[in-house]
Amino acid sequence: MAITYLEAIREAQAKLLADDPRVFIYGQDVGNFGGAFKATKGLAKEFPGRVLDSPISEDAQVGLAIGAAIEGMRPIIEMQFADFSTCGLNQIINHAATMFWRTNTKCPITVRLPCGGTAGGGPFHSQSMEALYAHYPGLIVLNPATVEDAYSMLIAAVHIDDPVVFCEHKYLYYHLKADALPTEALPIGKARVARPGRDATIVTYSAMLHEALACAEELAKDGWQIEVVDLRSVKPLDTDTILGSVARTGRLLVVGEAFPWGGVTAEVVARVATEGFSLLDAPPMRLNAKDTPVPYHPNLWGTHRPTARAIIGAMRELLHA
Amino acid sequence: MLQTSDVTSVKPQTDGRRERYLAAFRWMLLARVFEEKLASLYRGGKVIGGVFLSKGQEALSAALGVALRKGDIYAPLIRDSAGRFAFGESLLDAARTCIGSRLGPMRGREGNIHRGKPREGYYAMISHLGVMVSTVSGGLVARRFKGVRDVVGATCIGDGGTSTGSFHEGLNMAAVEKLPLVVVVANNQYAYSTPTSQQFACADLVDRAIGYGVRGHKIDGTDPQACFDVVGEAVARARAGEGPQMVVADLLRLVGHGEHDDAHYVNHALKVSPIGRDCLEVARAQITAAAWMNAMQIDSLRDQLQAEVESAFATALREPLPDPNLEDWRALSTEALAEGRA
Ligand SMILES: Cc1ncc(C[n+]2csc(CCOP(=O)(O)OP(=O)(O)O)c2C)c(N)n1
Ligand SMILES: [Mg+2]
Repeated sequence: MAITYLEAIREAQAKLLADDPRVFIYGQDVGNFGGAFKATKGLAKEFPGRVLDSPISEDAQVGLAIGAAIEGMRPIIEMQFADFSTCGLNQIINHAATMFWRTNTKCPITVRLPCGGTAGGGPFHSQSMEALYAHYPGLIVLNPATVEDAYSMLIAAVHIDDPVVFCEHKYLYYHLKADALPTEALPIGKARVARPGRDATIVTYSAMLHEALACAEELAKDGWQIEVVDLRSVKPLDTDTILGSVARTGRLLVVGEAFPWGGVTAEVVARVATEGFSLLDAPPMRLNAKDTPVPYHPNLWGTHRPTARAIIGAMRELLHA
Repeated sequence: MLQTSDVTSVKPQTDGRRERYLAAFRWMLLARVFEEKLASLYRGGKVIGGVFLSKGQEALSAALGVALRKGDIYAPLIRDSAGRFAFGESLLDAARTCIGSRLGPMRGREGNIHRGKPREGYYAMISHLGVMVSTVSGGLVARRFKGVRDVVGATCIGDGGTSTGSFHEGLNMAAVEKLPLVVVVANNQYAYSTPTSQQFACADLVDRAIGYGVRGHKIDGTDPQACFDVVGEAVARARAGEGPQMVVADLLRLVGHGEHDDAHYVNHALKVSPIGRDCLEVARAQITAAAWMNAMQIDSLRDQLQAEVESAFATALREPLPDPNLEDWRALSTEALAEGRA
C-alpha cells in the first residue's frame, strides 16, 4: 500500500488525536470538509468536537492556540496556505515565540504551513516562509522532505513543548509516495545524509531535496559522487552534520526554494565559512529562487525556482572551481 | 450617532431605468458567458492554476460596476467578472490574464482574479482577504489631499472575508475618516466549505454597520433590480459625502469555491430556497415582464456576447506566453537599487 506525503500528515494527526486528548485541530475548512488539501480528511468525524472550522481570522486562530496551550492543550493550527500565515505573524513571532522566555510558561503550539510552489500557484499561494520564522528566537521550524519525515516529524512537533512552525511542501503532497509509515525516526534537529558522496556536498531541504537528488543521479553518470544532506529541520540547524559532510567533500552548494536575500542557505554558508573555512576547497555556493515574487505562469515559475537542471549547472561550476 | 443598519428605503430613479438595467444586464450576461468559456478551457487544461467563478453573483457585481464612474476607485474580489467588465476592463485583457498571455496586463506574472490596473483606479487584489478595504481608503485619502471631489472608492468582499482583522481595521478607519467608501459584501452563505454559522454569530452582517458607524444597506442579491437600486443608492450617498456605506447582499454561490470543488457540502435546502435563485434567470424574467426585451432578443444578445468571448480567447490563445529569458526578474521599480542577483 503506497502512502503519500499528504496522507502521512493526515495519519500523523489521526494518531496524535487518538493518543493525546490534549490535541485538537483548528483551521479554515478543516472540519467536515477535511481541509483545502484534505490533510484532515475524515478526522472531524473520527474525533468529534476536536477538529474545528475557524473563521477566516489567522491572527485569532493563532491567538486561540496560544491561550489553549497556556492551559495545557496541544493545538494544531492549519493555515490554508503558508502565505496567509502572515496575517497571524504577530501572534506567532511576538506572542508564541516569546512566551517561554518572558514568562517561563510553555507554549506548545504547532502551526502547519502548506508551503512552496506548484504550477500556477502565483505570488500568494507559493511562498516558502521558513526563513522568516527561523529568524525569530523561540520558534522551531521544520521542513520535512520525505513521507516518513512528514509523518514522524509532525508527531514529534506536537510533542515538543515549544511553538513549532511545520512547513509541509504542497508540491510533495501528491507526488511523493512511500510504501509504509515509519516506525522509527531520527530525532528532531538532526540532518540526514540522503545520498553519500565524496566530490561535493549539496545541503538542502524540503522539495529541493528531490531536485538535488536528481542532480546527483545525473552527475553520477559522469562519475561524480555528490553527497546530499537533507536538513529536515532548519531551526535548530544541524551544523555538525553539515560540517561533517563538507569535511568529506571540500565543496558546498546550498539549495533552497525561498527568496535569495538571507535565509536558510545564507545561514548554512555563514556557518560553514565561520566554523569550517579550512574544510573548503572552493568558495561555497548558494542557489535560491529569484528575488521577485513567485510568478504565476509555469514558464516563469520553472525559472524562478531552482530545478535539477539549475542545480546541475551550479554543481558543474563548483566541481570545476 | 451615525446611521442605523436598517434596510434602507429605496428611492428608485425612474428615468433611464430601462437603459440602466439593460446596460447592467449586458455585463451580467457577458460575465456568465465569459466564465462558462473559462470553465471549459480549465477542464481542457488550457488554464493553469485555480479558476473561480461568480455564477449567481453577477447582478450584485454588475450593480457596483455600473454605479461607479471613470475616475472612481474599484477593487473587485474573487467573484466580480461582471463588475470588472462594467467598470471598463476589456474582455481581451481578462482573457489574456486567465491564459497567461505575455501581452496581458499581468504579463503571466499573475493569473485570473488578481488582475487589475491600479493606476487606472482598477486596483489589483492580493489573495489575503480584507486588505483592499484600507487600500481603497488610502486611495480616497489621496484624492482628498489632491482636492478631487465627487469620487467614490468601492471594494467587494465575501462573508468569510469579513472575519479578517484587515476588514475590521479598514472599515473602522474609513468610518473615522468619513471616506466615500462603499463596501459590498456578498454573503453567498459559504466561505469555501465553511457555512456562515461558523463564520459569524451576528443575526445579519449588516448589523455590523452600526457598530462601525457606517450606513448599512441590505439586499436580496438574487434580485437584479434591487441590486441596481440599492448599490446605486449606496454609491450615490458615498459620493454625496455621507461617508462609508456597507451593502450586504444575500445570495448563494451557485458553483464550487473554485472549479476544482464539487461543493457537495452546500445545503440542499438553500439551493431550492429563494436565495438559490439564479440572478440571470430573474433578470430574464424581469426584462421580459417589463417588455424591455423579448426572449429571442435576449438569446441573440447572448449569441453576440458569446462570439465576442470566443474571439477574445482565440486571440489570447494565439499570443505569446511569458518567456523567462525576456523577464528582467526585478521586483523593484528603482533599477539602480535592484540587486539583480539570484
Ligand atoms: C487571509 C486569508 N486567509 C485565507 C484565505 C484562503 N481563502 C481564499 S478564498 C477563501 C474563502 C472566502 O470566502 P468568502 O470571503 O465568503 O468569499 P467567497 O469565496 O464565498 O466569494 C479562503 C479561506 C485567503 N484568501 N485570505
Ligand atoms: Mg462566501
